[in-house]
Amino acid sequence: MQRIFREFLRRPTAVFGLIVVLLVVIGALAAPLIAPYAPDEQLFDGLTLEGAPIGPDAVFLLGTDTLGRDLLTRLLFGARTSLIIGVVANGTAVTIGLGIGMLAGYLRGPAGNALMRFTDLMMAFPALLLAIVLAALFHPSLWIVAMVIAMVNWVQVARIVYTETRGLVERDFILAERSLGAGHARIVFKHILPHLVPTAIVWGTLGIATTVLLEATLSFLGVGVQPPEPSWGNIIFESQSFFTAAPWLVIFPGIAILLTALSFNLVGDALRDILDPTQRGRM
Amino acid sequence: MIELILRRFGGALMILFGVAAITFVLLYALPADPAVQLAGRSATAQTVANIRHELGLDQPLIVQFVHYLGNLVQGDLGRSYTQKTEVMTLILARLPATLILMVSGILVEVAIGLTLGTIAALNRGGAVDRLVMTVSFIGVSAPQFVVALLLLYVFAATLQWFPMAGFGGFSHVVLPALTLGVLGAGWYARMVRSAMIDVLNQDYIRTARAKGVAERTVILRHAVPNALLPIVAMIGIDIGQFMGGVVVVEAVYGWPGIGQLAWQAIQQVDIPIIMGVTLISSLAIVTGNLIADLVAPLIDPRIRAR
Repeated sequence: MQRIFREFLRRPTAVFGLIVVLLVVIGALAAPLIAPYAPDEQLFDGLTLEGAPIGPDAVFLLGTDTLGRDLLTRLLFGARTSLIIGVVANGTAVTIGLGIGMLAGYLRGPAGNALMRFTDLMMAFPALLLAIVLAALFHPSLWIVAMVIAMVNWVQVARIVYTETRGLVERDFILAERSLGAGHARIVFKHILPHLVPTAIVWGTLGIATTVLLEATLSFLGVGVQPPEPSWGNIIFESQSFFTAAPWLVIFPGIAILLTALSFNLVGDALRDILDPTQRGRM
Repeated sequence: MIELILRRFGGALMILFGVAAITFVLLYALPADPAVQLAGRSATAQTVANIRHELGLDQPLIVQFVHYLGNLVQGDLGRSYTQKTEVMTLILARLPATLILMVSGILVEVAIGLTLGTIAALNRGGAVDRLVMTVSFIGVSAPQFVVALLLLYVFAATLQWFPMAGFGGFSHVVLPALTLGVLGAGWYARMVRSAMIDVLNQDYIRTARAKGVAERTVILRHAVPNALLPIVAMIGIDIGQFMGGVVVVEAVYGWPGIGQLAWQAIQQVDIPIIMGVTLISSLAIVTGNLIADLVAPLIDPRIRAR
């Protein structure tokens, strides 16, 4: 554990990523305390006399949106949406992927094969299109969006876990355990699962980046998180027709999405390097 | 070889059947009712029932599915609910725009990714390598729609070098292709770098260098061709993804491709079009993978020998 921490600190990009992740988490948790206004408060002086949004200035640090709401406040509350969906959707995806991959790799035979064929089938779905269709045709809400993303994202994890489990099952210590009379549950949970923890941690981090991007995309198309509940994607969705006049309404949420996804990617990539030395310096 | 192709082809057909079945069940089990949507807000229950009967939606799901499959094997994807046209005709009309965007996007991706990945691999561990890897990480972490909007803002609205939206000459395709290409190049750069590092450690590269072959020739003639394999596989995947997945770029740039058709159909609950586009995209994904598998032995004789 200490070795992991020390190796992590030696990578400047990973440390940068971790700091940004922590800032986003703190910003999201403390949003009601540190945000200058309420997220859906249409401020009296939030629009110019002509009714246009106000650019970044001393009062509104990041400017206001087309309804005269404070952008900084909405970004802070939007961080909550992104993180909740990131953690819930990706957590679900990793759990499903772990379950199916491990089961298929352990069972092998026709049952294992059938599970992997199903995974192949899911790989052949146009993922983004599927997510948009599902999100649009259900009545979109935060939880629906999270479940839709989980349904699309578990496939990759399942394939990696499957390959790893296949390798583990062949190893001598599993054979030894089996000849000692250990049941399936004992082998799977006490001996195989612990070996998969690094993979779960790496994908639990990298996957959040993908999830944050997908949520933002769905919300940008208007089929994700619904206004007035703020999400970084729907802030851009609401203001895209004004973006030539008020580019800050696209730029600041865009930077928030980019920095968050980038940071989770940097942290996950460093973890993969450290936890899986065979991959070191390759990707 | 022939047997392999036939087996892969059979597998591809099974996958397409599965995609059709799952999409069908999903779309018809969803709460959005196309008949209600079509009838409009003030329609009576009788009107809705009539529309449902007309579209065949009042029959059992399995009957509808068998009917759909029967038409599908004849190349018939059904009729659009709202546009009253054959879905196949609508998709074929959108095909050229999607193909143009796909080809130009992949060209940009490969050009940038191959160059950056090679440069990074040659400077492995150095400052240039770290810079390229960081930039490619930014590329894969950037939201497509934000980059699309910013490119529009800078190059179309402010500098007016390119048109804001639409389909036409070369100038129309530049920004959409750049959006797809610049972001996708991040994946390619990482993949190329990793493949190149593997190749550069091989004996034949050392031999070539020991023979006194110029470094330029070592890289371009000996190393790059051997690192191409993973790129071919990635292009195969991209062909599939771009056929149905460029909804965002097509929406922002008003590009009249298959993604836009799908996006409009989703908003109108036009199920036959959604079905059709999903199937065509899956077909493209499966074909893309198949082509990549078949091209691999042509590029690398070692695979042929196996």
